Amino acid sequence: MRKVTLEINGNKVEKEVQDNTLLSTFLRDHLNLTGTHIGCDTSQCGACVVHVNGNSLKSCTALAADIDGSKVTTIEGLATNGKMHPMQEAFKKLHGLQCGFCTPGMVMSAVDLLQKNKKPSDTEIRDWLEGNICRCTGYQNIVAAVKEAATKM
Amino acid sequence: MKNFNYHLAKDSKEASKLSSSNSAFLAGGMTTIPSMKLGLASYKDLIDIKNIKKLSGIKVSGKSVTIGATTKHVEVANSKEVKKAIPSLANLAEGIGDPQVRNRGTIGGSVANNDPSADYPSACIALNATIHTNDRKIEASKFFKGMFETALKKGELIEAIEFQIPEKSSYQKHPNPASRYAVVGVYVAKHKKDINVAVTGAKPCVYNDKDLSKALSNSFSSSSIQNMELDSSDMNSDIHASAEYRASLVVTQAKKAVDAC
Repeated sequence: MRKVTLEINGNKVEKEVQDNTLLSTFLRDHLNLTGTHIGCDTSQCGACVVHVNGNSLKSCTALAADIDGSKVTTIEGLATNGKMHPMQEAFKKLHGLQCGFCTPGMVMSAVDLLQKNKKPSDTEIRDWLEGNICRCTGYQNIVAAVKEAATKM
Repeated sequence: MKNFNYHLAKDSKEASKLSSSNSAFLAGGMTTIPSMKLGLASYKDLIDIKNIKKLSGIKVSGKSVTIGATTKHVEVANSKEVKKAIPSLANLAEGIGDPQVRNRGTIGGSVANNDPSADYPSACIALNATIHTNDRKIEASKFFKGMFETALKKGELIEAIEFQIPEKSSYQKHPNPASRYAVVGVYVAKHKKDINVAVTGAKPCVYNDKDLSKALSNSFSSSSIQNMELDSSDMNSDIHASAEYRASLVVTQAKKAVDAC
């Protein structure tokens, strides 16, 4: 066991974890932040993407111990004062989801893209979302939602 | 995932001291953690080396580019110095996995793992790299021993990789559409004295294709290798591509690389 201290969605969190606790497990089971989904659990599907120190990361492939001292943002941390983040708003407006399982990861990944590239092309959006798999939408509306969000962010 | 002891090493000496026959170094963890989760690997101790400052960063001199072992793929892909000195190397880093993998995965981890389809080993061979460890310097041509096998000894830690700046170079890969690993990747580099054609994905281990480099040494143009047929008998064959298809892809990607040089 070891103590980790993290800033999660702006709140300081101190917890004891096992050395082998994954960040995804830590968020979901220890902090009840179940917006971060676990899909494949083999770092391929991207449903578990969160931000660590401003960069997107697959939380099923990082140890809680390894990111001790970092700032983490999960899907729960995007909305401000009950108002959806422009990316969430765009996914809702343009039907960028059907079952919604991949959506938290898609949104977190897409927000990271717009932090680094304010006006991405369709190809750049598709390339960036390489690590996020959606089995419902065929991606068309996801790409449209990211483009819409780019005009609002 | 089986439990283990996590250690955060402050320098190479401590990392080396903590290592045992049942330990692994942890940098980005992009291969180590999935392997452990799938039960393909298990260790008693994981030694995190990310806090060892000396292991990270990019240095460019007149003749070489030296990249610290814990430097992430995204840092190599975005480095102005690398783009200027060896653009093909930045381009290779940009094509690894997905953004989340590039945000965490490291060059040292990729080279130490020596996956038969990984990108960086081909850069090491093509760019006459020297692997600097905490103990010695190893030429790339003597480093990659076989599938997932390298010349590293137990507890030996890669500190940096030094690439020779070529006159011209290009890396062209045919990626698996899902994983972005190379079905076949070919790194062509023309140096003052030699031409290397490093191939990844085709055989159990990265190699320098002597037939292609000989043909290109006579005439550095894609037409000089146009009709070459490679022996596919020792090439990989799996659900993604047959050995014969891989042999054909090596020539196709080599031609593309020469044209892009």
